[in-house]
Amino acid sequence: MTWVLANLGLLLDRTLAHLALAVPSILAAFALSIPLGWAAFRYRLIRGPLLTGAGLLYAIPSLPLFVALPALIGTGARDAVNVIVALTLYGIALMTRSVADALAAVPPETHQSATALGYSPWGRFWLVEIPLAGPAILAGLRVVTVSTVSLVTVSAVLGVDSLGLLFTDGFQRGIVAEVVAGLVLTIVVALALDAAAVLAGRILMPWTRVGRPRRRRRAQPAVEVGV
Amino acid sequence: MNQLAAAWQWILDPAHWAGPDGIPVRMWEHLWYTFAAVGIAAAIAIPIGLAIGHTGRGRALAVGSTSAARAIPTLGLITLLALMWGVGLTAPMVAFVVLAIPSILAGAYAGVDSVEPHVTDAATAMGMTGTQVLGRVEVPLALPMIWGGIRAGTLQVVATATLAAYVGSGGLGRYLFRGLKTQDYPQMLASALLVVGLAIALEAVLAFAQRVMVPRGVRERSRR
Repeated sequence: MTWVLANLGLLLDRTLAHLALAVPSILAAFALSIPLGWAAFRYRLIRGPLLTGAGLLYAIPSLPLFVALPALIGTGARDAVNVIVALTLYGIALMTRSVADALAAVPPETHQSATALGYSPWGRFWLVEIPLAGPAILAGLRVVTVSTVSLVTVSAVLGVDSLGLLFTDGFQRGIVAEVVAGLVLTIVVALALDAAAVLAGRILMPWTRVGRPRRRRRAQPAVEVGV
Repeated sequence: MNQLAAAWQWILDPAHWAGPDGIPVRMWEHLWYTFAAVGIAAAIAIPIGLAIGHTGRGRALAVGSTSAARAIPTLGLITLLALMWGVGLTAPMVAFVVLAIPSILAGAYAGVDSVEPHVTDAATAMGMTGTQVLGRVEVPLALPMIWGGIRAGTLQVVATATLAAYVGSGGLGRYLFRGLKTQDYPQMLASALLVVGLAIALEAVLAFAQRVMVPRGVRERSRR
């Protein structure tokens, strides 16, 4: 506890550095997976290759990817960009499938009614399909959020600044309090960003609060990114 | 790109294929850590998952605790346990078990939970006891999802086993951390390529096994 109190400034810096890596990755993955998921849902021909590619990408461990990216995209070995690019790729790998499945779950009758009411394909997508697919997309985003925050820490073994540096530094100097502080802060950041995603969902999709499905809810086996 | 070529040269160098630090030994260690951790995790998580799926009790607790467990950064857990118990295999192994449990538990209970109630009702109506329903109806039907959980857990551990070398154990991560210390980027990249290759090969084998595991009746029905 004394270590924590003596190093509050350091903890704050590490947390901010952590957010600077995690938040852009999550937002970029979210923004890119919507068109990709739509393409996978809309065009049968590219659905297979796109989803298989996402699955394979997902099988690539993150630490090796952090190491391999500089050789592939020409960045420096310890650049934060490597981490953001790698985590964005994982987020896309996870979310593209969520988006494609969520869009596929919109009933065809709804499509037809919207078309009959005079919606253009563009308007129907944003005003009918996305709102209906929203809750399932949000569920995918929450998985990506929590796993991204946790994965950022791995980049610390390469020397990239994040809460993970508290683990490597604490381990090397034998300070248990530092490692524990890192663990607690990482979990707090993950839960806080998750709560922010839920809150954003509540504000943007007020209709999800009423008329919950009465069916027995089934737990989905959520997939997860390895390190 | 010439860095990739250098890494490839490193992998092909016959000197790196012999002795106690050779690629076969490190790869064997890596696989051994993975299977041991997943085996222990499965022994813990599958009975609990089946019980939750079968009785329907404790589902909220299971969902909550598995998603909370996912937020735990494995590097933090490994370094914390290594500080408490000293360097060696115990700390990373416990961390890998903790890492694998959520996926395996989720696969087991979601698999049993996904069996249609009218199927289990029919089995009960035919006179099966609760254990028989679980063993002869629910588990066979849930097998692909149970295996899916094991597959996801295995992939996470094989990826994370790289970190065992950070606290002084073996595995393919050895090359990565040695390369990091000696500024030898081709060696780091070689380690990365070996882990990626191992993970993809393992994923292919496990995906194939999952396909074989679907009960014949279910496969034939879904084909129609």
